[in-house]
Amino acid sequence: MNYLATHPAEVLSLALAHLELVAIALAIAFAVALPLGIVAAGASRFSPWLIGALAALYTIPSLALLAVLVRWLGLGATPVVVALILYAQFMLVQGVVTGIRGVDPAQIDAARGLGFSERQLMVRVALPQATPVILGGVRIATVATISIATLAGYVGARSLGTLIFNGLTLHQNQMLVAGSVATALLAICADAGLRALTRLSEARLR
Amino acid sequence: MSGATIGFDDVGVRYADADGDALRGVSFDVASGEVVAIVGPSGCGKTTLLRTVNRLVEPTSGAVLIDGVDVRTMDAVALRRRVGYAIQAVGLFAHMTVAENVGIVPSLLGWPRDRIDRRVDDLLERVHLDPKRFRDRRPRKLSGGEAQRVGVARALGGEPGVLLMDEPFGAVDAIVRAALQDEVTRVVRDLGTTTLFVTHDVHEALRIADRICVMNGGRVEQLDAPAAILANPATDFVRRLFEGARA
Ligand SMILES: Nc1ncnc2c1ncn2[C@@H]1O[C@H](COP(=O)(O)OP(=O)(O)O)[C@@H](O)[C@H]1O
Ligand SMILES: [Mg+2]
Repeated sequence: MNYLATHPAEVLSLALAHLELVAIALAIAFAVALPLGIVAAGASRFSPWLIGALAALYTIPSLALLAVLVRWLGLGATPVVVALILYAQFMLVQGVVTGIRGVDPAQIDAARGLGFSERQLMVRVALPQATPVILGGVRIATVATISIATLAGYVGARSLGTLIFNGLTLHQNQMLVAGSVATALLAICADAGLRALTRLSEARLR
Repeated sequence: MSGATIGFDDVGVRYADADGDALRGVSFDVASGEVVAIVGPSGCGKTTLLRTVNRLVEPTSGAVLIDGVDVRTMDAVALRRRVGYAIQAVGLFAHMTVAENVGIVPSLLGWPRDRIDRRVDDLLERVHLDPKRFRDRRPRKLSGGEAQRVGVARALGGEPGVLLMDEPFGAVDAIVRAALQDEVTRVVRDLGTTTLFVTHDVHEALRIADRICVMNGGRVEQLDAPAAILANPATDFVRRLFEGARA
């Protein structure tokens, strides 16, 4: 714990860099997953294939995936962000599909019968109702992304992982512990924040 | 807006994954402002017939006409905004208030805010829900009977010329149900809305319909005024269906 106390500015700056990686990756990942999930939710033949492929992607060890991406994209933040986007797809798309499929069929039937276009039905009925489940997917993806983003330390991008890998190579246990503890704290805070947001979105449905 | 006429012209429906026809050779006309009940055993095609009017089901043969115009020539979304639709499961939008639910079709139609507000209050009063108490309530906070009233009010939101109701009073107890039947019938008669409603309750049909359409196996067995059906059942099936009711 000493390292945290003696180098607060460095840890804070690495934590901010870590959060930046996570935020960029999640924003892009969600922008991809939302339309993908909407299409998959309506296409019962296509969706098992898509979810299966994303699950398979998710099971690739992160170091192996990162190694491949580095060979292709070079060192730095880019391969990390791409890896995070790919990993998050499984959890995000799953959340969108489950959320949309879980919407009360009577509300869908009523909306169609009252003259909602398919787009209005999605935007004004299905997505608002699916929001708590979609946010659940975002929460799990965020926690996983915060943890996986430590790998950035391996490929020369700044993140809390930098402390972990420097700690490992320099045999500085306190550095390693500081990086790990700070990462865990970030994950716990993000989890709590998104839980609160999910509860808020549920309250709107009551 | 006064009621539109509806015409069924030799309508047949066969669902893609079914081996039999859900509807066969259904032909009849509904006059402006008329209230027609559709009765018959489960699976006889009542819901299917109703849903051909707003194109949730497309006939495989024949045609459905509103005010003499084949519904297939109309844009389905525009058509549905002119045709009210209420179902047994109600399907009130859980994330919207009662007022937002009732005002949803006017809002899709692009009415100005104040016209929507007036329409919502008027309809809530018609179905005996005090706007001041109910406007801002969420559907979860409504009793079964209140929810079904809101469902009917929502169906009437856009001043439709036709109202379709699929067992709209199904999910409430007998006393609430009788009150609802009377209220809703009064509302549609006041507004002059042509109404087709499905029910499995022959007493309900006898009480509130101008004419009753008795269906069996995808066909119309008889279409007549309640008194005529009781006095002269066209087939054994019709006689048996109404036997208890005549006594
Ligand atoms: N979407 C559908 N796909 C296939 N068959 C259907 C579908 N909807 C209804 N059917 C069949 O069509 C027939 C008529 O159904 P329906 O109109 O729902 O009857 P009712 O409302 O009188 O109970 C039934 O045999 C039913 O199983
Ligand atoms: Mg039915």
